[in-house]
Amino acid sequence: MTARLKAVLVSVLLAAALAAAQTSRVEFPRSIAAGDALSLSTTGNGKATLYIVGPGQALRRDLQLGDKVAFGVDEIHNAGHYIVVLAGPSFSETAELDVTARQPSALSFLAKPSRLPVDRPDGISGVVYVFDPFQNLVVQPTNVSFELSESAGPTRSRTVSTRDGLAWVRMDSAPKAGAAQFLARVGDLTEKRIVQQVPAEPCNLRMNAHRSGNRIELETDPLRDCRGNAVPDGTIVTFKETYQGTESTVDVPLKRGVAKTNMPVYEGGLISVATGVVMGNEIQTKDVR
Amino acid sequence: MRRILSNCGQTLMLLGLFWTACIALGADRPAVRVEPSDSVGPRAVEAQTRSSVVRDYVSAWKGMSRALEKNNASLLDVDFLGTAKDKLADTVQDQRKLGLTTRYEDRKHNIAFAFYSPEGMSIQLVDSVEYDVQLLDHGQVIVKRHVRTRYLAVLTPTEVRWKVRIFQALPPQ
Repeated sequence: MTARLKAVLVSVLLAAALAAAQTSRVEFPRSIAAGDALSLSTTGNGKATLYIVGPGQALRRDLQLGDKVAFGVDEIHNAGHYIVVLAGPSFSETAELDVTARQPSALSFLAKPSRLPVDRPDGISGVVYVFDPFQNLVVQPTNVSFELSESAGPTRSRTVSTRDGLAWVRMDSAPKAGAAQFLARVGDLTEKRIVQQVPAEPCNLRMNAHRSGNRIELETDPLRDCRGNAVPDGTIVTFKETYQGTESTVDVPLKRGVAKTNMPVYEGGLISVATGVVMGNEIQTKDVR
Repeated sequence: MRRILSNCGQTLMLLGLFWTACIALGADRPAVRVEPSDSVGPRAVEAQTRSSVVRDYVSAWKGMSRALEKNNASLLDVDFLGTAKDKLADTVQDQRKLGLTTRYEDRKHNIAFAFYSPEGMSIQLVDSVEYDVQLLDHGQVIVKRHVRTRYLAVLTPTEVRWKVRIFQALPPQ
């Protein structure tokens, strides 16, 4: 055998050995859904170990090359990015595997605030995170329907597609005070929250006065907001009498929609009324009969 | 003259040591880039909030790395809570049972804020991250691999810092 023939033969043998070494002993999938069973066929001889490792999970299987290696339903359940390693005494094959979330199974619904004044544009916000049965965030776009319904009024709804597992919406509060049901829906999944819509600041605060001996009886008109909702009892109304540089003040909680008090008569005095930041009318004591 | 030269030499040596120390200290710090964003979703992210969130998120990677290397779930307490903490703690437990440890070294983060909730109670970001992962089985290195992927994280504010509540790799785009 000539030296040249020997060299060719060695090259062929080396190439064959290299090809054999490079032949993959297992075909890894690129992606699976969380909870799916996984069965991998291996080729070759001898013992090896298969690892599936990531921050979400760690799995290890000893196996005989040539056999199948199987992971049962729900065994690989955390969505995420994993490295998959098949390691033997003299070889190691590595791949990457993405485990994706399954279909939506639970909603995390955050509705804010739980209480707000009526007629507030974009006053109510709803944020929904969509999860699968394994508490994985479902990042595939999913339609979320938000519905806001009052006891006596139309239901307002808006559909928003999730982005990176999240959908959010802003909605106006209703003109009428009362409890509203705020609902988020994905297919058959629903989550419900109650939003209390309370009257806004009073509109047209007005008091009336009449004299009773040496005192003045003061009483407000029923307090309502600009949409006609009754301001809740307990709201503080402040009456103030100013006379020759001195002031006397009386705070009165609203009772059955009105605030009442009496103050001493100072001829030439001025009485005013206010609640919160809302100013009412003023009355000169000399005009009171 | 000799004294001046000697002082110069000492100064140069000190500067050299300082520079080396800086490089050494910075060597295991990942490169962090934050995509510019003024408003994400219903609320604007203030510069101070942005820097706190990024700082705490990058710190969470270190916390996760330490926990998975030491197989000690209590090391997650500082940076994680809720589902993220539970899942990572389960992985620590899996690893311990199997005799495995993993070393994660984050190299690059490219962070984009995706959502800041109206009440400021949660902030979501997407991170195009590069990291090295080393797998050890009973102390023996099995593989070391450089990984590029994207992570989604939801952080919520606690008393003193932002903590990661959801931490999940995203499938390729």
